[in-house]
This record gives sequence, C-alpha cells and structure tokens, in this order.
Amino acid sequence: MSDHSNDPAAQPDVELEEPDELTGPPTPERATSGPTTPPAAPVSGGKPADENGRWSGVLREIATGNAIISVLAVFLALVVGAIMIAFTDENVQKAAGYFFARPGDTVTAVWNSVSGAYSALFQGSIYNFRRPGFANGIRPLLDTLTFATPLIAAGLGVGLAFRVGMFNIGGRGQMLIAASAAGWVGFGWDLPWGLHMLVAVLAGMLGGALWAGIAGLLKARTGAHEVIVTIMLNYVAYYLVSFMLRTPGLLQAPGSNNPKTPAMKPTAVFPLLLGPQYSLHFGFILAIAATILVWWILSRSNLGFQFRAVGLNPNAARVAGINVSRMYVYAMLISGALVGLAGVSQVLGTVTTGFGSGIDAGIGFDAITVALLGRSTPWGIFIAGILFGAFKAGGFSMQAAQGVPIDIILVVQSLIVLFIAAPPLVRAIFRLPDPSHPRRRTVPNVTKEVTVK
Amino acid sequence: MSIAAHPHALDEPVVLEKTVVVSWKAPIAYAVFTVLLLLLVLFGSRDASTTFRLSAATDAVKLGDVTVPAVLTGWVTVILLAILTVYSVILVQAKRRVPLWLTVVFALVFMFGFLTWAAAGSTIPVTGLLFGAVSLAVPLIYGSLAGVIGERVGVVNIAIEGQLLAGAFSAAVVASITRQPWLGLVAAMIAGVLVAFVLAAFSIKYFVDQVIVGVVLNVLVVGLTSFFYSQVLVANAATLNTPPRFDRIPLPLLSDIPIIGPVLFRQTVIVYLMYIAVALVYIGLFHTKWGLRLRAVGEHPQAADTVGIKVNRTRFWNVALAGAIAGLGGTFFTIGSGIAFNKEMTAGAGYIALAAVIFGQWDPIKATLAALLFGFASNLQNTLSVIGSPVPSEFMLMLPYVVTILAVAGFVGKSRAPAASGRPYIKS
Amino acid sequence: MKLELRGITKRFGSLVANDHIDLTVEPGEIHCLLGENGAGKSTLMNVLYGLYQADEGEILLDAAVQHFAGPGDAMSAGIGMVHQHFMLIPVFTVAENVMLGHESTKAGGLLDVAAARARVKEISDRFGFDVDPDALIEDLPVGVQQRVEIIKALSQEAQVLVFDEPTAVLTPQETDELMGIMRQLRDTGKAIVFITHKLREVREVADRITVMRLGKVVGEAQPTASNAELASLMVGRAVELTVHKEAPTLHDEALVVTGLTVVDAIGQLVVNDVSFSVRGGEILAIAGVQGNGQTELTEAILGMQPRVEGSIVLDGKELAGRSIRRILDDGVGFIPEDRNEDGLVGEFTIAENLMLDRSTTKPFVKGANLQLRYLADFAREKVKEFDVRTPSIETKVGRLSGGNQQKVVLARELSRDLRLFVAAQPTRGVDVGSIEFIHKRIVATRDAGIPVVVVSTELDEVEALADRILVMYRGKIVGIVPGGTPRDVLGLMMAGEAPPAEDAVATEGVVA
Repeated sequence: MSDHSNDPAAQPDVELEEPDELTGPPTPERATSGPTTPPAAPVSGGKPADENGRWSGVLREIATGNAIISVLAVFLALVVGAIMIAFTDENVQKAAGYFFARPGDTVTAVWNSVSGAYSALFQGSIYNFRRPGFANGIRPLLDTLTFATPLIAAGLGVGLAFRVGMFNIGGRGQMLIAASAAGWVGFGWDLPWGLHMLVAVLAGMLGGALWAGIAGLLKARTGAHEVIVTIMLNYVAYYLVSFMLRTPGLLQAPGSNNPKTPAMKPTAVFPLLLGPQYSLHFGFILAIAATILVWWILSRSNLGFQFRAVGLNPNAARVAGINVSRMYVYAMLISGALVGLAGVSQVLGTVTTGFGSGIDAGIGFDAITVALLGRSTPWGIFIAGILFGAFKAGGFSMQAAQGVPIDIILVVQSLIVLFIAAPPLVRAIFRLPDPSHPRRRTVPNVTKEVTVK
Repeated sequence: MSIAAHPHALDEPVVLEKTVVVSWKAPIAYAVFTVLLLLLVLFGSRDASTTFRLSAATDAVKLGDVTVPAVLTGWVTVILLAILTVYSVILVQAKRRVPLWLTVVFALVFMFGFLTWAAAGSTIPVTGLLFGAVSLAVPLIYGSLAGVIGERVGVVNIAIEGQLLAGAFSAAVVASITRQPWLGLVAAMIAGVLVAFVLAAFSIKYFVDQVIVGVVLNVLVVGLTSFFYSQVLVANAATLNTPPRFDRIPLPLLSDIPIIGPVLFRQTVIVYLMYIAVALVYIGLFHTKWGLRLRAVGEHPQAADTVGIKVNRTRFWNVALAGAIAGLGGTFFTIGSGIAFNKEMTAGAGYIALAAVIFGQWDPIKATLAALLFGFASNLQNTLSVIGSPVPSEFMLMLPYVVTILAVAGFVGKSRAPAASGRPYIKS
Repeated sequence: MKLELRGITKRFGSLVANDHIDLTVEPGEIHCLLGENGAGKSTLMNVLYGLYQADEGEILLDAAVQHFAGPGDAMSAGIGMVHQHFMLIPVFTVAENVMLGHESTKAGGLLDVAAARARVKEISDRFGFDVDPDALIEDLPVGVQQRVEIIKALSQEAQVLVFDEPTAVLTPQETDELMGIMRQLRDTGKAIVFITHKLREVREVADRITVMRLGKVVGEAQPTASNAELASLMVGRAVELTVHKEAPTLHDEALVVTGLTVVDAIGQLVVNDVSFSVRGGEILAIAGVQGNGQTELTEAILGMQPRVEGSIVLDGKELAGRSIRRILDDGVGFIPEDRNEDGLVGEFTIAENLMLDRSTTKPFVKGANLQLRYLADFAREKVKEFDVRTPSIETKVGRLSGGNQQKVVLARELSRDLRLFVAAQPTRGVDVGSIEFIHKRIVATRDAGIPVVVVSTELDEVEALADRILVMYRGKIVGIVPGGTPRDVLGLMMAGEAPPAEDAVATEGVVA
C-alpha cells in the first residue's frame, strides 16, 4: 500500500504503522491526496508554525502533481467533449460519408466543428474578441463570475458538509425553499433600501438552513442517512414550491395564471457592481465573503475543529466529548444556509423579474461537482466555481452560436470530477510516474523467477 | 454476589439476562395518521357516497360495485384507527413490540378511509388503480433489484437513475432503428452494464467513494443522453426516436381471476420478465452458491478472500449484472410504453428505487413490495386528479418521498445494511 | 506434510516486513513462531496463505515448490489457517461459513446445506467440539467461533494448520482446551504453526520455537528456555517483566459505583447490577474474557452508554446521566479500548489530537478562535515528555506505530487535571518498550493519589498493575480479590466460578 511509503526525512528509529494493518477506506479527500506530510521546518523566531505548514503544503500540492492531475483532468474531459461534438456534427458526418475519397474534408470538418464550439465557449466565458473595445470584450468574464456566484455559494455548502462527513445532495430543495423565502420577502414586503435586501437574504438563508436542518436533525436523532433524506427532500420541496407557485395568495403573481412569482421590488434587488452594462451583482461579494467565512470556520475556529474531527472519525470525536449529533445539525444548518445563499443570489441578483420552479437551474447538483473539484477546501471551491461558471456562460454562447447543446457541459463537468477522483487513471493515460510508489515495480520478483526452473 | 459455577461454561452460548427496550415510534406514527384522518373528516367532510368499482365491463368474472356513505365511513375508520392506536400504546406500555401485521392493518384501514373521503361523490376504479400502480412500479422494482444486488455485494449503487435513463435511451434508439422491441431490450441491458462498468471500475479499482461516483455518473448520463437527444434524435425523430412498443399479453386463465388477473396478468413482457427476475434474484441470493458468495463479499470481504473468493472480481461482475437489470427497467419508459425518448424522462425513478431498497431492508421481496407501494402512491395521485379530489396533486406526489423519509428515520423498524456496503476492499 | 519457507522477503514501500525468513515445520510437530507485535509474524503467514505475494523466496510443501496466487491455492495445497480476527461471516450459520468457497450444490444449482451440515457434524464429533451447524455465528461465544474456524480448515483436509494469535480472546481454561486440541491435531500428523507473543503458552505446547524480531528470524529456542531468555530474544535486550511499584498509599473512596446496569440495543443486560468502589491512590484492575461487560462498564462511567441504571459517584458527584463532555470536565481521563476507532483521529496531526478532548475551552480556544501557537508549543512539550517518536508534531497520527499512538492518547489524558483515570486495554497492540513506559505512567498516576481503573484481558498486565482485581463474567462481578491472587484462581473466576472462601474477605466492605 502506498500509504506506508516511508518519509525520507524520518529518523531511523521512527516506527511506522504495522504493515498488515489496513487504513480505512479513502474519504473524498483522501482518495485524491498525496503522500505523507513532510516534517515542518523548525520554527524560527516569531513566525507562526502553521505558516510554514501552509506553504510547504502548497509546494507539495504542486510537486506531487495534484495540480497537474487537475489540469490534465480538465484537458481529458474537453477532449471527450470534442469527440462528441465532432461525431454529432452534420458536416463531419457528411464529410465522413466520402472519407476514403477525400479524407482531408473530414479532418477539416472535425476541426471546424470542434474549434468553432470551443472558441465560442471561450468567447462566451472569458473574452470576446469580436466585440469592440476592452469594456465590451471583457463582458463574458463578468458573466462567468455571475454564473459562478451561486455555484461558489452552494459548492461551499456541499463542501462544508463533506468535511463533517455528510453528503448534502439536497441542494435543489434547499435552493428552492431559500428562493421562495427570499422571493416572498423580496416581492411581498415593503422595507427601505438596504434593509429590505438584508432581510430577504437572511430569510432565504434561514429557509435553506431549516430545510437542510431537517436532514441533519433526522441523522442526529434517528441515524437516517442524509443522502436518502436530502434526495427525498428535494422532491418534497419541488412539489411544495410548485404548489405555492400556482396558488394565489402564496407565491403566485396576482392576476396571473402562470406558476410564477411577481418581480422583486427594487429595494430588495442586489445592486449591480460595475454598472448596468455588466451582469455582475452584489451576490459575488457575498460569495467571496462566504468563502472567507468558511475558511475561517474550518481552519481557525473551534467549531470547525469539531466539524473536522467528526468528519474524520465520529467515534473518537464522541469519546472526546464532542457532541456529534449537534455537529451534524450545525453542519447541515450552515451547509443549508450557504446553499440557500445560492438560491437567494438567483432571485435577488440573476433572475429578478419573478421566478418559477426551475429557479435552481441544476445548481444544487452542480454544487456537488464543484465541491469535489475544489476538494472541499474553501478556496478550491472558489476556483472550481469560477471554472464551472465559465463553462456555463460559455455553454450558452456555444449553444447559440454553434448549435451545440449545452448538455455537453454536464458531460464535461462530470468527466472532470471522475478523472480528478481517480488520479491513477489520469496517470495511466498520460504515463506519469506515481509519486507514492517509489520504484516499487522495479523490485525483482524472485519467487516467480525461481519457479520458472 | 455469588454466581452459580459453570463448569462447562464454554459450550453454552452466552445468554445474558434480558429486558425489553421499548420504542414509542409506532404509537406516535399511528396517532399522527389518526389525527390526520380525523381532521380531514371533521373539516373537509362532504356528504356523498363513494363507489369502489372492482371489475371492468369486459372482465370474464364480474364483481359488483361497493358503495359506502362517505361521512359515516370516515367516522368509522377514524374510530377503528383510534382503537388500533390505543392498542399499540397498551402493547408498548406492557413492554411488547408492535407487530408488523398491526401496521399493515392500520395502513389498509387508513387507506380505505382516505380513499372514501377523497373520492366522495365519485367512483374509484380499483383494478385500474392497482394496474397502474404495478405499471408505475416496474422501473422501481427493476431498479431496486439492481440496488439490492449492488449493496449485498458491497457496492452502493446510486447510479440506478443513470442506468434507467441509459436503458430508456438505448432501447428507444435501437428499437426505433431495427423496429424490434426485443433488440431494444438487449440494448438497454448493455447500456446499463456500461454505466455499471464505470461505477465498478472507479469504486473497486480506484477506491473512489461509491456515492460520489454514483451521483456523478447520473449527471454524466443525463448530459450524454440529453446531448444526443438534442443534437441527433430531435432532427431524426422518425428514424431514431419512434420506438415500437411491447404489446400487452393477457395470460390465459390467470388473467381471468377477479381483481388480480387484470392487475397482474394483462401486462407486457417487461412485467412478466420482472416477476421472473424478482423470483430469480430472491432464490439466487439465499439458496445458491452465487448468492452465498455474493453476500459473503458484502458482509465480510476479508473472510471471503481467505476462503479463496475473489472479492473484487465478484463485486465487479455483480455490479455489472445489477446494471443489466436496471437497464432492463429503463425500457419501461420507452418501448414498454411506446413513448419516444425525452430528456431526463426517468425523473428521479432511480432515486425512488434506492429508497425502496432501504425501505425493503435489502431484501428483494420486501424491496419489491416497497416499490409497489411507491407505484401505488403515484398512481393514486393520477386517479384522484382524474376524479377531482380535494387534495392538491402536489401533496399526493410528495407522498412517496415523505414515506421514505419516515422509513429511513426508523418509523418502519430498524434494519441492518450489509456490513461492508459502501466500503472498498483494499488489499496490500 | 512438511512445510518449508526459504528466504521469504516481503516489502511494503521501503519497510521490510519480512527479511529472508527461513522456516521449516515437520509433520507431527507444533512449531511456535514467537515475536512481539509488528515483528512480521502475521505478514509471513499471510504470505504463506497466499494473501500477500512474497517479493523474494519460495514456499515448499513436501519439497515441492508452490506458487499461491491467492488463499484458494493455499487451501487446496493443504494449508489451513485459524485467523487472529476470525474470518467468519456473523450473519451466516456455521454450516454456511464452513461451506463458503467450496460449496456443493444440488440439482438446479441450489446449495446443498444438508451436506455441509453433515460435514460440520462429522468433524465436530471427531474432535468433540459440540458445534451446532445451524447456529448463527454472531450468537456464538468466541471460544466456539474459534472451533468453527478450526472446522473450516479441517473440512478442507488441511495438513498444515496455522494458528494466528489464537489465545487472545480465550479464558485460561479455554486456552488449555485449545492447546489440547492442538496436541490432538499434532498427533494425527498435522504440521502446526502457532503464532503468539505469550511466553507461557509457547513453553507449554511448543515442540520447536522460532523467534522473530523486526522482520528477521533472530534465533531458535528450546521449550525448556526460561521466560527471561525468550523475552530478551524476542525484544533484543533484557526486559523488565514486572513493573516496579511501591505499596499503594490509599486515600478516601473516590469512585463509588452502585447497582450499575447497562442495557444494550436489543435489551440484554450487558452490565448487570454491578457495585464496587475505588480509592484514591489505588489501581483496580477489571479482568475477564473479552466481551463480558468490561467495555460497557467503562463506557457507562464515561457517559457513553444510552441505557444506564444505578449510580456512579465520583468525589460525591453523580456522573450517571451526564454528558460525556461534563464527565470529562469533571476530571475523568480515559484511554479507550480501540484507540484507532475511539481514541484518535488518524487523519489529524499529533498536535490536533492532543487538543481533541478540550476542543471548546481554554487554553486551546479563545473566543471561537483556535490558539494554534499555544497548541504547537504544548504539542512539542508533550511529545518530548511522553517520548513520542515522530518526525514532527504535524505528522498525522495514523502514520505512527501503535505504541506511539497510545503515547499520544496517554499524553492527552494525563495532561488534564484528573480525579479519575480509566484505561481500557492500555497496551493492546503496543510494543514491549512502550508497554513499559505506559505501565510506569499508570503507576505514577496512582502514586499521585488518583484512583485508577485498568481494564485488561491480559492476565500478565492485570498481575503487573493491580492493587485489587475485579473479575467480570457475563455482565456481573464474580468477585473482587487482592492483587497477588494466583492465576489459576483468576482463570476460574473468568469462567464464572466464585472465588474460594479465603478471598471473600477482600470482597467484603468493598461492595457497597
């Protein structure tokens, strides 16, 4: 097992774990994490010890190739996406019909379809060279950040639950409940500017928190598995919100027969950060704040310490006096509040003209992939959220410009997560050396050589 | 302080003194449902009578309609439920368990009372209701069989949803091209197996968390099928997405049995295959070498390894088998019903199947019954919305999910999952 | 069948678990493989059994070279193994467990359970085992489970039988019976490998002894060798087999347990009306075979059991009904039985584990902020004080050896202000050097006037530490006897027999 690889810097009298003891099953993080922690450098005057630890951690990430694996995983997923685009492109199919007569045509058609799609993806998500001036050209990047906002918030929620050993698949339900609560405050109440927004945000986060809290409470009290409960709560929330949306006096817009709410009042709507020509709204600031908050909770607060202890070994945490049940409830409440923030950002920032039951836009599920790609660390999730936001923004323009269905983005995203979760697979494809198996394969297997005789 | 000497202590099993741990869950649940029905009868009561139609005009053996007055029946059932609740309280106070039959009786009485109330003034076609329940349960049952096999061998199969969807897609496309529903069936199984291969490879070979792989695979299959649907099927719907359907084949004699016949034996080949599959999986799991080894691997993989069973190989192929079964279930959506493929058309059936696995305590028969219950709840909503029930349809649609939450929260009795389910087997 | 291992080498990364091991076992002999935890005995046997592939070396049976790709090959070649952790499936019956892997079937592929049942019966009768083929494994006591393991091996016509630490879960009497069975098997011509770290058993039953240390064979010995000789061979230096301790200085009664009953989830009284007390400055050892309620008793004291009746009073304060948090804050220190499961977070660093049970209070937390700098200083100090061998305080605890892990637990618990110290199996899976250290610290805690409760299934440990010994059997107290009580008396008590009358004096006055 790779875990037993000795640390070269270890002193000779350091005893390692017995070889025949198996370590536990890999957690989401462990499955992808590298080898042992090197010894921290001796602490020099005044500098906190963790500073060294963090930087050596960053260096280790790069050195052991986890960052490379991530890049290669994205690359591989894009290659698969390209193959799908090329195969289903009508021009390619036509050209392939006479492949043996003029193979060049097929190659050109493939190139055209793939490069067309991916350049549309790029121009829709980062910079559009066709638009005049930087101010216009950069608009896609700001769209990306807008799309990233709910992904980051919800990803943080899912990631935080991961760290406590829980799988929050209930993002959809929590977003719907949060959107309803925030929307109800947003269109139904009359409050001064600023305060209205604040109350709406808090109402939404509270809604998400309570909805997720049901799963936390049931897990804590009865041991009900949160995966099942959160999935079921998604459907319950969907039907509940659908009912409210078509019932006058609840969420339905007055005088309308559509299952849709009225528009938000201007006092509740998130201000646009860079003026009316860009879509980026105040929700992005909230997403950054949430990232910092989650970082503080997880790595600097005693609550986070207890969270992590419960996530890694609930039995030991319990014996050490940590109230595990309470941690499950707290974690789900915070997780739900963060996912709720994603729902709030949808109704107060992105779709302010009233919403229907599709307001979650699949973000609850995307958040799982974002959290996995970000390895459940706050800044990892932040970056992963922006990447997936770019896919979303670009996906729409790819669909509009090239006719490539946006569903391709789902394929690429899920492939990225699969590849990242299995570094040995990526290493095998690219024939990279395995850092945790130093020269193990080169040891001659004498048993077999002897038996040949 | 002194204790009788046990010279042959070793040979006796350890029998400790016992006391009874009481659980108030059942009486509480009973009381909640009783009060629920009481409120309905009190505040939503409509003075009319309800008719239960037990057979259709075309049936060989005809049963008469049963008509009951709604208000009176409502009160009678509330009183019956109250009596059952009190009885359960007495049982628990006497430190005895609430038996399963009591819950079944309670559920039947409640359902009768509820139907009478909800359909006051109209007629409930009982056979139609049950027939639809069985039909809607088909993908759930196939899915839950796949789930049972997966978890029994130690791999949590969240990807049932993806396997159903992949099965529905391939069945539609292959059957449309070949005009052969049987080939569609085979294609669906292959598609299910392919999804299962990915699940197996990632969870068994690369030790990726099984829940993660499952969830991501579902997204992947949604992405793939939606992409090909939008990109290819829409433009070529006539050739690629007009699947032929399996016809209903009434089984001779069996189909003439009152109520049961029309419900169970006037179905398509997919349903008959399902009966066989349930029986085979049950017998296979508990009475064959295959099942013994499969369960051994799911309970204690190391023990299985030490007697020469290849743990990971067993897991791999059984997960593949489960994929084939789930893929088969996916055919219900397209060639089973003669409907063209559409984006995300399985609409969460795989997750309900997963719930049925847990509700059914990892037992193929019980999981099938749980799936039937969910099918019944869905079809009840259809039936009630047709006859114009006072309950908003959304709340009826919620029912299976709420029931599942209650089930996993332990109101239906504790059960034990296979010990090694979800844990990868890592050898040095 | 004669077994020969030649030059077996097995590496895990850079760690050499087996270094050119040679071993010969003749048919009709019991060959003891002696060595402490981590010496590489189990690895060697797993190589022999096909669970691991050797990097070098060869296995010969009756001079024929074998190559085992898996346990199936080893079994069909005639090797049987009785595993340390029984390889039985708890929810299967005895017959199902015995047939698993080589099932016979009837027409239609259905299992032939009757044939398996008959096979169990036949072997069971031949050796006088008295095992019910239809009993579920989880309902059987460990002693009987072990016999099922033996039946499993014998049903495969095994000629070489490996017993891996078989006595760890047995009473002394059961151990004697097992040795009888081993002799019986030897006399039928089987070759037997007996792996253990218990010197007494070795000297009693072995025909030949091979001693392993740090992955190497360090020598052979005769069964006539003394304990001290075998121990120094095993550890590589002279070992102090007994802990040096002064007579206890007794203080007032500190812990008083009265009428304590613990009920488990299925209604069994796993601890049944237990009363005892412990005074400051004494060590009360709780002896008994694994699974007789000791675990639940300690968990009840710590507030970890949900269904508890009776009272647990520490220094006049009632502990029963309080949360674990409150009990820890009341000054109870605890070493759990299974440190990997309950004592440590393997993926946490040493430093983080050292603050695990003070995760919400000063000095490690101010406001809601972790005091990381204080923690680092604290951890460095404790690592030094408790001689934890580690490259750094940032090393993950899961990477340390068993002994060093246990020192981390000990350091954490002993660095609080204690009013009671409860140590369950404090030296299980720990190397000899660390055992000495841990025992010394436990005695030092006693000498500081703190009441100490030690739970141990190892009579050697009970003898070494106890001022008084409480023996549990099936959830009840069989008796409380003074420290020097002879082993055979303790052994009978562990099987449920009341202590002889002259010991009753010690029991009186202690039971409230």
